[in-house]
Amino acid sequence: MTATDTTAADTTAADSTPPTKPAATTQVYRVYIQATPQQVWDAITQPEWNARYGYPGHSEYDLRPGGAYRGIADADMLAMGLPELLVDGEVLEADPPRRLVQTWRFNWSPEIIAEGYTRVTWETAEEIGGITRLTVTHELEGAPLTAEQVGGSAPMVEGGGGWAMILSGLKTLLETGKDLGIHDA
Amino acid sequence: MVTYHRPMTDDDRVFKALADPTRRFLLDQLFERDGRTLTELESVLDMTRFGVMKHLRVLEEANLIVTRRSGREKLHFLNPVPIRLIHDRWIDKFTERRIAALTDLKRELEDRS
Repeated sequence: MTATDTTAADTTAADSTPPTKPAATTQVYRVYIQATPQQVWDAITQPEWNARYGYPGHSEYDLRPGGAYRGIADADMLAMGLPELLVDGEVLEADPPRRLVQTWRFNWSPEIIAEGYTRVTWETAEEIGGITRLTVTHELEGAPLTAEQVGGSAPMVEGGGGWAMILSGLKTLLETGKDLGIHDA
Repeated sequence: MVTYHRPMTDDDRVFKALADPTRRFLLDQLFERDGRTLTELESVLDMTRFGVMKHLRVLEEANLIVTRRSGREKLHFLNPVPIRLIHDRWIDKFTERRIAALTDLKRELEDRS
């Protein structure tokens, strides 16, 4: 954790200057889920599913090229002073249930908004034994604050967890029907 | 002997992969800077190319690294999801509340000073 801690400390200390350490510009995550590609696709794109894992709130997708992506805060997050439209973006490609490409921008501070839109690709592949392999690739060039956030280096109480937490929750929900309980925290 | 055929994300494979110091070192290297080639990873280890490849294969089978082609190069990315799954299933249950309480206490004390 040393490298990330240093980056976080630098950011805080330097205040307005960006972190000096170059963050990795692409992050890749993979999880194997006992579910069909269609179930995984629905769990990603349908609000009644995506509200139940990852961070509180839910996501809305208009699944056509040029369609909107909206990550919406829940009441608790609004009470914390976060904006209702936490994340916004655009659907670039939607090929259900195989491939979804979208842009992604966090909206909770002027600094993170200034990093602009990053790009997220979701890919499912059917494996033997009723298993779906889900790969998430997040291209983060020029977006060190976004990279830190989705990389999950901040403690959970400060919004840490990132993609690893989201995908772990997605797998648990689809395989056991259970939410991970992060929403109660 | 009972044999199981379980998916590649199996906790056993993760623990086995993490049990080796060289493999943990490789993961630390990728944590520091992600998306490296075999040649880059080889350069930080006093080991043959074949030895490094064997370790990388064990890590890939445990889903702790994911490889991606970029032009002619094969890049290795650290995948923390299996560790997160172990955290969520096992460790969380025992420690999360205590850690949260300690983090709150630390913040409160630091805010006062």
